[in-house]
Amino acid sequence: MYLGRVVGCVWATVKNRNLTGHRLLIVQPVTPELADSGRRIVCTDWTGAGAGELVYWTRAREASFAFLPEEVVTDATIVGIVDELHVDREAPRRAPPAGGVPC
Amino acid sequence: MLIARVIGELTATRKHPTHEGLKLLLVQPLDLEGAPRGDAVVAVDSVDAGVGDRVLLTTEGYSAFSSVGRLMSPIEAAVIGVVDQVEVKSP
Repeated sequence: MYLGRVVGCVWATVKNRNLTGHRLLIVQPVTPELADSGRRIVCTDWTGAGAGELVYWTRAREASFAFLPEEVVTDATIVGIVDELHVDREAPRRAPPAGGVPC
Repeated sequence: MLIARVIGELTATRKHPTHEGLKLLLVQPLDLEGAPRGDAVVAVDSVDAGVGDRVLLTTEGYSAFSSVGRLMSPIEAAVIGVVDQVEVKSP
């Protein structure tokens, strides 16, 4: 899954019937430091997210699993709205357990 | 699978019901020299990994959702091991 920010939406009157009733949102992928990263993508939405919200989203076949048993034709879906994010890139590594066997 | 470092955690109240009770980690994939490789991803945790740990990350859906026992869940990445040691032999 990936972090992103909702930056817009898409309307499409004519669409596959398996998209009927689904919101299409534009998501800007972001880094954990909340900087834009890469190109924007259109996502279906499971959460009811609104513009400006920080979300996490999934790609590929798993994107349509969010709506099961409905078979939605999608390859990207917002599956959660992020409340809090804690990032520490400098955190020390925990010591490995004693007696580990190298491969 | 990729070697990665856990760099953070996130919380989400509004999320897919199949994600309830799972720990969500921010994970930075690494190359074999330990430098970042691409962007960080959000992964579910199946091994009780913590921030700072070097871990094994799968980014394939089936293995990711089955690692936490949530079949057909919209989960695309999971932490499936804590790496103790990596040894790369030069040819």
